[in-house]
Amino acid sequence: MSDAHTPATPPLYGVMAEFKTADELIAATKAAVDAGYTRLDGYSPYPLGEVADHLGFPRSEIGAVMFIGGVCGAVLGFTMQTWITVIDYPLNIGGKPFWSWPQFIPITWALLVLTACMSGVFGLLALCGLPQPYHPVFNVDRFRRASKDRFFLCIEAVDPKFDPAAVKAFLTTLKPDDVAEVPE
Amino acid sequence: MSTSTAFVEDPVRPQPPIDGSYKHPEELLDANHDIVTLGDKIADVVVAKPQPKVWWFFFLVGFGLLQGLAIGLVWLFYMGVGVWGINQPVAWGLAIVNFVWWIGIGHAGTLISAILLLMHQKWRTSINRFAEAMTLFAVACAGIFPLIHMGRVWLAYWLFPFPNVMAMWPQPRSPLMWDVFAVSTYLTVSLLFWYVGLIPDLAVLRDSARNKLQRWVYGFFSLGWRGSAFHWRRYEKLYLLLAGLSTPLVFSVHTIVSFDFAVSIVPLWHATIFPPFFVAGAVYSGFAMVVWLAIPLRHLYGMKDVITLRHLELCARVMLVTGLLVTWGYALEVWMAWYSHSAYEWHTTWQRMWAGPYAWSYWALILTNSVIPQLFWSRKVRMNEWMVFLISGSVHIGMWFERYVIVITLTRDQIPGAWGRYAPTIWDYSLMIGSVGLFITLFCLFVRFLPMISITEMREFLPFKQGGRDGHSCMENAK
Repeated sequence: MSDAHTPATPPLYGVMAEFKTADELIAATKAAVDAGYTRLDGYSPYPLGEVADHLGFPRSEIGAVMFIGGVCGAVLGFTMQTWITVIDYPLNIGGKPFWSWPQFIPITWALLVLTACMSGVFGLLALCGLPQPYHPVFNVDRFRRASKDRFFLCIEAVDPKFDPAAVKAFLTTLKPDDVAEVPE
Repeated sequence: MSTSTAFVEDPVRPQPPIDGSYKHPEELLDANHDIVTLGDKIADVVVAKPQPKVWWFFFLVGFGLLQGLAIGLVWLFYMGVGVWGINQPVAWGLAIVNFVWWIGIGHAGTLISAILLLMHQKWRTSINRFAEAMTLFAVACAGIFPLIHMGRVWLAYWLFPFPNVMAMWPQPRSPLMWDVFAVSTYLTVSLLFWYVGLIPDLAVLRDSARNKLQRWVYGFFSLGWRGSAFHWRRYEKLYLLLAGLSTPLVFSVHTIVSFDFAVSIVPLWHATIFPPFFVAGAVYSGFAMVVWLAIPLRHLYGMKDVITLRHLELCARVMLVTGLLVTWGYALEVWMAWYSHSAYEWHTTWQRMWAGPYAWSYWALILTNSVIPQLFWSRKVRMNEWMVFLISGSVHIGMWFERYVIVITLTRDQIPGAWGRYAPTIWDYSLMIGSVGLFITLFCLFVRFLPMISITEMREFLPFKQGGRDGHSCMENAK
């Protein structure tokens, strides 16, 4: 029984080619970008900086995120200690001045590291949109090997140049092991 | 609907033999692996193969010892710290010895995963995952002791600065307060670093799961990782920055631990040598523990091709260097006591080395920490698994005695009327042995449920012609 709202063919997320080696994926990414495709992504079992370079993502945002997080943590930590010891609860410890700032550095440093690392990890998750248990690429059965030994290049349907037949023909010229449509 | 050709799982590739026919240029691999056989080898331990029977032996021993911790804690909470051997003048007993001992062990895990990464040391890749697990579990064991040493452990949250009805704040000029922040930051950052490293591996386990439960659990924790190039770029930057921040963090944490002693005005504690001396000792004991974990993994899980003798040899070298550093520290302590012309320093040194009732523990320390490890000068010894194992055992004992000797300094104050003795009670020992049980239990569970060696990083580490990238490109790719 077919649901009236379900179209006959599900919309496509993209078309995906599968390669045996990392170098093939790197070359294919470059070829696809040179051919004018702009919305595509490479998938590999281990990181390949060259793929991201060709995809036009030469620099991630993580450094800035962690820098800002770390500075916030350090400033807050130092301010907190100043506020405790100078304003809210001044104690005379061995005749030291209330604002004995060199002694605030260890906690300031610990909080700097803590907030920088936490903002880095949560920043990674937020920027990558993780956790995301479902993603269309998982609809392709062979994609299971993206975490094992295969390298994938997916040209997405949102690409202005996208046309399933043309993309498939183009990907086939790159000598992949397999070309598959990725249903949404 | 996919127009793809039907999915055909590749037949299981046989594992390459470990027969000396394969030579890795740096002797860091002893079988001709490619990315499939290597990944299968590590993942199958978790998802496919039944655990070796001896796993149960170690798990049950660890779990049995853990009961010592449970019983000891219940009795301690019921009776108070009086059940321990602590007294005046030795208010810091085994609790502090064990705290410093455990946290020192933890540091090698971070050193391996962070500092060796920054230094482009390829050999770290085979051992960093379980070394990081070791760090986490050691810090967990360490964290117990200062909390219970406070006496009223249910008030431990008073350590943290939060607005409260007493209108009081912790005192941020105290090294004990620094300790709270340093250790809790260290635990959190180690956990994050470990988990971030695990995410792609959890995705591997999700995809090679043998049943629904595995797929669901590993799928849940892998957060839907799919190896996208955009994600990898951010991931590597994060990984590098975490390594870059963990490196100074290790130094600062153990420096602050040493400040617990050095900021006091006790002869032989009040010394500027303490921070570097403690950090070197921490790395020393940690590598000894890495060896103690790596050798059983090699034999019981057949990891000899991945963790090679060369790895053990390199660990032995690090121990030789750090062992010499701590020995230099022992020598400097005596030298400074003499050279300073401080009667108090020299008196305490004299009591520690000859006249005091615990002089034997000082010489036990020198023997196990400084003399026996000199055997590592010989390459033959470094390449002999059993010798490395035994000497590492000596280092465990030595590093424990080092902290014992430092704490026991308190028995001899400057007037004989303030002298005292210290003997741990059965409850001190039950907590100490129990913490070892906790460590063994956690490590057994880790080996059972998570990949003990990083699959992703090992694949990347393989030479080009075996499908890898010949080492870590983390430094180059992290942008």
